[in-house]
Amino acid sequence: MELFVFVCASLMVLAGAVAVIVSPNPVHAALGLVLTLFGIAVHFVAMEAHFLAAVQVIVYAGAVVVLFLFVIMLLGVDRSEDLTVEPMPIQRPLAVVVGGGVSALVIAAVLRVRDTLGSDEVAAGGDTNIRALARNLYSDHVLAFELTSVLLIVAVVGTVVLTRRVRVSEDAS
Amino acid sequence: MSPTTTWYLVLAAVLFGLGAVGLMVRRNPLVMFMCIELMLNAVNLSFVAFARSFTDIDGQTAVFFVMVVAAAEVVVGLGIIISIMRRRPQATVDDLAELKG
Amino acid sequence: MLDALWLIPAAPLAGFVLILLFGRRLGEPAAGYLAAAMVAISFAVTVGVLFDLLGTDEHHREHVLTLFSWVPVGDLQIDMALLADPLSITMALFITGIGSLIHLFAIGYMHGDPKFSKFFLYLNLFVFSMLMLVLGENLLVTFLGWEGVGACSYFLISFWHTRPSAATAGKKAFVTNRIGDWGVMLAMFLGFTTVGSVSYAALNHAAEDGGIATSTATGIALLLFVGAVGKSAQLPLYLWLPDAMEGPTPVSALIHAATMVTAGVFLMTRMNPMLAAAADWAPDIIAWTGAITALFAASIAVAQNDIKKVLAYSTVSQLGYMFLAVGSGAYVAAIFHMVTHAFFKALMFLGSGSVIHGMHEEQDMRRMGALRVAMPITAGTFIIGWLAIAGVPPFAGFWSKDEILLFTLASSPVLYVIGLITAVLTAYYMTRQVIMVFFGEARWESHAEEHGAHGEFTPHESPPVMLAPLVVLAGLSIAGGVIQLPSFGIIPKGWRHKLEDWLHPVVEPGEAVISGTSTYDAKVWLAVLAIVCALTGIALAVLVYARRRLRALEPQLLADGWRYDAGVSAFMGGTGRRAFDALARFDAKVVDGAVNGVATAVSATSGRVRRLQTGNVRNYAGIVGAGVVLVLVWFVIVRGVL
Repeated sequence: MELFVFVCASLMVLAGAVAVIVSPNPVHAALGLVLTLFGIAVHFVAMEAHFLAAVQVIVYAGAVVVLFLFVIMLLGVDRSEDLTVEPMPIQRPLAVVVGGGVSALVIAAVLRVRDTLGSDEVAAGGDTNIRALARNLYSDHVLAFELTSVLLIVAVVGTVVLTRRVRVSEDAS
Repeated sequence: MSPTTTWYLVLAAVLFGLGAVGLMVRRNPLVMFMCIELMLNAVNLSFVAFARSFTDIDGQTAVFFVMVVAAAEVVVGLGIIISIMRRRPQATVDDLAELKG
Repeated sequence: MLDALWLIPAAPLAGFVLILLFGRRLGEPAAGYLAAAMVAISFAVTVGVLFDLLGTDEHHREHVLTLFSWVPVGDLQIDMALLADPLSITMALFITGIGSLIHLFAIGYMHGDPKFSKFFLYLNLFVFSMLMLVLGENLLVTFLGWEGVGACSYFLISFWHTRPSAATAGKKAFVTNRIGDWGVMLAMFLGFTTVGSVSYAALNHAAEDGGIATSTATGIALLLFVGAVGKSAQLPLYLWLPDAMEGPTPVSALIHAATMVTAGVFLMTRMNPMLAAAADWAPDIIAWTGAITALFAASIAVAQNDIKKVLAYSTVSQLGYMFLAVGSGAYVAAIFHMVTHAFFKALMFLGSGSVIHGMHEEQDMRRMGALRVAMPITAGTFIIGWLAIAGVPPFAGFWSKDEILLFTLASSPVLYVIGLITAVLTAYYMTRQVIMVFFGEARWESHAEEHGAHGEFTPHESPPVMLAPLVVLAGLSIAGGVIQLPSFGIIPKGWRHKLEDWLHPVVEPGEAVISGTSTYDAKVWLAVLAIVCALTGIALAVLVYARRRLRALEPQLLADGWRYDAGVSAFMGGTGRRAFDALARFDAKVVDGAVNGVATAVSATSGRVRRLQTGNVRNYAGIVGAGVVLVLVWFVIVRGVL
């Protein structure tokens, strides 16, 4: 059963990713991203990280991607990009090298150490995931938590300032 | 045959690679941003896989923070893109080369 | 009195400072008397120290007065210290004695000169430097004096600096001396690296005990000799001395006859153990240089017409004799000749100054003649000096020259012959000078108008302040031989070689011993031979210039100084200049070029590296990605672990 779930979710993830990098139309790319995010959320559930799965769907798929779509629509950049032309010839081969290289090397490393990667069994008992997470977050990492809230405030304020249209003064004397 | 940690890690590596390729190939700034999101998600996946395999909840806490930071980053990044794109609507990333030495 | 040793150089230094501050107010002649008094104080203190030293036992006749620690730098400890021993006191005696006489003379000679006080300022500074030179306990104090006298020599030669020839002569003297100074400095460095000290005691003891390798000792000795060649005007660096006659005559008398030029001989004598420890051929070089210089200069003096130039070349020649003595191991003879030479050469320079003064600044001997009538005292004293230098007994010069020739024969017969020929020439040209100036017909009347004289132009005798020193020096020239009378049968035992006994502890290591040799046994005959040579020279000159029986042989080549000076100038101006220009071009192109080249290279490289910054985000992403791949390769493949 788990295998089936894994395969389906992985297909969703990979399909979405390919869609992001291949679609000329940015709206299609955004939809591909949503697909990937959902796939990742399913994997989270399979790995007993229920809270994160929920957050993934709500924040990532729900807010971030919507934001992306807002911007795409707002700026009218929904026009397609011409993917047949590549102004910098080295870029595509280099991309293949980088992407393929990173993936291959990490996979190789993982395969080499696969025996030391802990147990695959789900730990029984104890608190539910959300409780365990909350306990860890608010006791061991409470400072980081506070700092992230500051970070969010700063980000919001900064963006508002950044994107303000400066009003031209209307009373000319 | 249930999926082992190794499978999840391999999946994460592949996803990361795809994100990297996309980042280098696409010229639309918004699509490039989405590729960055792909890479972040790959990392999140591997964190959770490790958290499960070592029974350490710290991995999930890390994912929590990654999501927070990613959200903030998206906000700021989109703000910047908006500011730039207002002036030059059809600009691709290649045209935004003011820092050329 | 030994503890008051520091007074000896301090008095002229005080004179220098006082005249520096109050010279203009003191004016003429007070500044002159002050300067002379300071030197006289030095002389009195020196005499006191002399008696103190005579009172001590022969083997302990050495007193070091350390004033302060001068250069305390790690392993190098050099003190400002003065050394009173027979050699330094002998030098100090005649420096201060003759110096004070010359100061008196200068008061009369410089009468009416607008820079009267400045002259005595420099003279006192000179005496101070010279005293530091001879009283120094180590090479560095001596070098301080060495440089000081070089600088004062420059000031005094170019005293009338508005005259271009005087200014040039001053520069020439300084630059030529500097070449010699290089030698002294290298010798000091060499001494310090091998022995660890520059003090005479340390260096000489190391040389005597065999603590210095022969090659090092040779190096030190010959480098010091280079310095001596520059300072004492030997070939090839004698060029500056004839030109130095541009300075006022008291300067020529003090610096270029009696004191500064003897510094080289003094230095070699002071370092005689080093020379004794050097290779056998090292003293030979010194002796040959001295002999060749003596002959060379004497030949030039034969054809000179300026009264001072004759004496200048004569000085170079007599200095050659002194180095000949040093090279033959006759240090006592060298010092003896130095002392007697100081007496009669200073006498003759001052005498010529008196003549120039009486002839209203005329220096050409062809326009003089029959001056013994107009200037009797000057003539009389000059004649005494002439007899001394010619080597006629019982005047001082005979004894010293004879002793040098004796040692020279014991060392090398060829050098002896050269010495004899030079003695003949010396007698010849000095007689020529005396005849042209004081005897014969008066040739000045036809040139009276050139000197702005209205009506009758008569040369007059000089004032007493100028004549008194002449008389004193004449007396010393007559009696000066007494300090080192040889062991001839007729001379009473108690009167014999007093100078040798006095200087014995200082020169013992280097002094050649000839008492058992055949030369020594023949010394009476050699003395007779020397007298015969002197009389021959005098007779020849009388025949040529007084009786006009023979034709005067004064070829232009000799008058031009064998064209050596002109040759050096041509070389420096021609080939030398090209070499200097090439060096300057090298500096501009290579040295500067290297520095500028670095800047250009950096600029060019940065220009090319700049192209990496395309400003394109995707490029940067690509480079970052490539870096990540490389790091991963390193970890996963090379190190085998992530």
